[in-house]
Amino acid sequence: MIIKDVVCPFCGCLCDDLDVEVDGQTIIKVQNGCTLAEAALTGNNRLPAPIRRTATGWEEISFDDAIRETADILLAADRPLLYGWSSTHGEAQSIGVHIAELLGAVIDNTSTVCHGPSILAIQEVGHPGCTLGQVKNRADVVVYWGCNPTEAHPRHMSRYTTFATGFFVPEAQKDRTVIVVDTRRTESAEIADEFIQIERGRDYEVLAALRAIVRGKGSILPREIAGIAREQLFRVAEICMKAKFGAIFFGLGLTMSSGKYKNVRNAIELTDELNRHTKFTISPLRGHGNVYGSNEVFTWITGYPYAVDFARGIAFYNPGETTAVDILRRGECDAALIVASDPGAHFPHAAAAHLAKIPTILIDPHRTATTPLCRLQMPCTMAGIDAEGTAYRMDGVPIRYKKFLESSYPDDADILKRIHDRIREVQGS
Amino acid sequence: MTELLVKNACVIDPLNKILMEIMDIPVRDGRIVESVSAGADVIDARGCLTLPGGIDSHSHVCGTKVNFGRYMSPEDMRAGRTARRGKMHVTSGYYVPTTYGNSYRYSAMGYTTVLEGAMAPLEARHTHEEFTATPHQDMLANTLFDGNWAIMEAVRAKDIKKAAAIVAWTLSAVKGYSIKLTNPGGTEAWGWGQDLSSIHDMVPNFNVTPAEIITTMIAANELLGLPHSVHLHCNNLGKPGNYRTTLQTFDLVPDTNNGRQTLYATHVQFHAYGGTTWRDISSKADDIARAVNAKPQIVMDMGQIMFGRTMTMTADGPMEFNLYCLHHNKWSNHDVELETGSGIIPVLYSKKSLVNCVMWAIGLELALLTKNPYQCLLETDNPNGAPFVKYPEIIGLLMSKRYRDEECATLNGGTEQRTALSALDREMDWNEIAIMTRAGQAKALGIDAQGKGHFRTGAEADIAIYPIRCRDVDPTTEYRKVIEGFQKTMYTIKRGRVVARDGDVIVEGANSTFWVNPVVPDDLNVASDPEFVKKFEEYYTVRMGNYPVQDVYLPRGKCIRTEAAL
Repeated sequence: MIIKDVVCPFCGCLCDDLDVEVDGQTIIKVQNGCTLAEAALTGNNRLPAPIRRTATGWEEISFDDAIRETADILLAADRPLLYGWSSTHGEAQSIGVHIAELLGAVIDNTSTVCHGPSILAIQEVGHPGCTLGQVKNRADVVVYWGCNPTEAHPRHMSRYTTFATGFFVPEAQKDRTVIVVDTRRTESAEIADEFIQIERGRDYEVLAALRAIVRGKGSILPREIAGIAREQLFRVAEICMKAKFGAIFFGLGLTMSSGKYKNVRNAIELTDELNRHTKFTISPLRGHGNVYGSNEVFTWITGYPYAVDFARGIAFYNPGETTAVDILRRGECDAALIVASDPGAHFPHAAAAHLAKIPTILIDPHRTATTPLCRLQMPCTMAGIDAEGTAYRMDGVPIRYKKFLESSYPDDADILKRIHDRIREVQGS
Repeated sequence: MTELLVKNACVIDPLNKILMEIMDIPVRDGRIVESVSAGADVIDARGCLTLPGGIDSHSHVCGTKVNFGRYMSPEDMRAGRTARRGKMHVTSGYYVPTTYGNSYRYSAMGYTTVLEGAMAPLEARHTHEEFTATPHQDMLANTLFDGNWAIMEAVRAKDIKKAAAIVAWTLSAVKGYSIKLTNPGGTEAWGWGQDLSSIHDMVPNFNVTPAEIITTMIAANELLGLPHSVHLHCNNLGKPGNYRTTLQTFDLVPDTNNGRQTLYATHVQFHAYGGTTWRDISSKADDIARAVNAKPQIVMDMGQIMFGRTMTMTADGPMEFNLYCLHHNKWSNHDVELETGSGIIPVLYSKKSLVNCVMWAIGLELALLTKNPYQCLLETDNPNGAPFVKYPEIIGLLMSKRYRDEECATLNGGTEQRTALSALDREMDWNEIAIMTRAGQAKALGIDAQGKGHFRTGAEADIAIYPIRCRDVDPTTEYRKVIEGFQKTMYTIKRGRVVARDGDVIVEGANSTFWVNPVVPDDLNVASDPEFVKKFEEYYTVRMGNYPVQDVYLPRGKCIRTEAAL
């Protein structure tokens, strides 16, 4: 059977035009997907049943026991942390927030190690953005800054930007100018009309120089900025100002390098400045399929996109203090529930090491780098494969994940609901 | 079967011409009935003011831009926060509260139905998710068509039926309630960083004018038999001298519907400015009110501003950019492909600012100069003019000349020369306030037929009991009592169930979402029009099959079917 228009749950592009051929419980073929999609959809390393660590290894346990033990561990903790959320649907994320509320826990999502700094910058200066179709149909200038979409978001260029045919851009490759800014010549740089190679950690200066040029103060610039000849920046600024519609996309090269959220703030303010001359937008390239959804869900329930601490009863937010990495690194956290993410692979060593010290529970379909840090793991469906639900694309467009495989796994939202209800029962609330 | 009897209620029910009668209200299974059995639960209203549940016919509470307002404003989240208590979840925020915050505060004020002022169709799923998390109000969604490419092509072809068919498909696909036009044509121009300055300017590349979009959509709206009229945010919002645009727009509107208005003009305060610059801005509320008094086909809402901090958020992207250039505060923008735009910036309305004082006066003047209160409804364009928790103060201002004078004495000294507010003696009565906060909204939205906004037998038992003894209170002098009374009900009853008591919500919510499904003949269904489908698949970034909002997003959806006269 071929299922049409499947939504790929892997990255923030949420391409919704995949055709997937399924035979019973097996995926035979994926069409239209990128290599990452194919690997994600056809990969097979799923944990068959809940497991609990023993003195010598692992034992299989029932879901009933696993859920009860999870609730007990969380209830007994003084400073529980609920972390992850980016690879599941909004329905599970929402229950997660309500569990945190009941427990007085900290809840955080993977933004904490990716676009958290972008959120901080947006909270300072706002975010002039748009949906991806606006770029596809209008943009004659596209800037990729500190990111490598060819390898990390392989269809971003073909579906939404560089190579996508749009209403006002009928001949995409000819009509669009592509500018890539990075510290090294990536695959994406190979297709750029202008490649700006910045010395590592000096993005802030280059953004400031471009702002100066756009404001008509270019004459104060030195001949070379961060290893770039001034002339190139003048040329690039002119391309941007002459654009009919320009779109900047940025990645972790900007958020996680020296300067962090200040880099993003400077990039947003450059965009603001360009809007006084023409139309310009800026957008973060979000990684996990539904990481933006976790920001949205957290926000409408708690008021904050990530790093929410319920210890005071009210929702409290102070990134750097209430962020997962910081709570773990300080050794403050005494139990953790990880859902739909892999901090074992992505967290700094000290934070991951603390997870191994405390009772950590993982709800995830696969054995991952986090499994060895855990005391207990429950497998579940994979949102977008054998579970449906809501996901938010990197530009805020909400899309419904399809379920195209039957499986015997419970949905993570159902597991979480049972944990939630068990906590309420014990609390008598 | 559940039964409830509200006894000794001092009822004002304008749609049934009941004015301060002490009576009992029997309720069975969520509806008003003739009588109930002796076993019914009893609530003693003790002679207090009892009104149909409040209805907000234009408020921004759910969806992409509202949530982005929260996302970018941790400073506001800290400004209002409560811990989990009883059945109430944690809340954060003052002017853009979390969904539960909105829902609890509306409930405490006796509001049981809210229309979200602007939903981009492409992002409708988000709005519906937040509707579910705003559990104590029935919700409806204004659906944006101001920059819709397919609509503009139908307008250019002068094909009203095609426009109607596109609206019908879109409303049923995204579970929307009504047609919203925000700066029609201007949001498309903003796709290129431009705006339109008159209703006769051409939209770039589409060769249609705002006037043509508005008149075509009004005709399409009536062909489809939609319960609400076209809901319009006029062009040129917030620009000195824009009252001319507003008057020209009103002149476009025929009187074609016997049951209700043909145009709902929203937040008209922002569209009633004289002068040429911020330096010489003045009130043109009298011109606007005179036009509305002469045109029963138009209903407007005040768009009152109140002093203090708040957040402006609208689909009117170019207007928000102008505000940004004025305030240099943080600015967000979010254009939506093939459909519309949006923008957000925080603002502070200050009594020191002459412009802000004039704006404040204009909203009140509009209400006081409009003879028929059904034609000027009480709203703040929440949160644009002020958060909705300010409604009781606006009620106080409308009911008391003395209160207005006391406020005017604290304003920028130039205000009096620019507005006529201090010359207006009108003091509204309880009945007029009931019209401006529920009966008028029910009529204007066309939900009186769904049992909203009145206590007729069979109506939905949405009831607000305020701790106000209106026979004993003189609102012209005791306006503080009026304000306090409207801030917190003794009981807010939703579908026969007490949801809030003395300001606290005491049950889990179970709201409904009303949406419209206009039935059109098969040959006009755009979903089977190859041209429409081809353009959709080519220019949107989601597949047409993935665009409609699934039923699962409306757990208690109420579909209103209309028969289109196509």
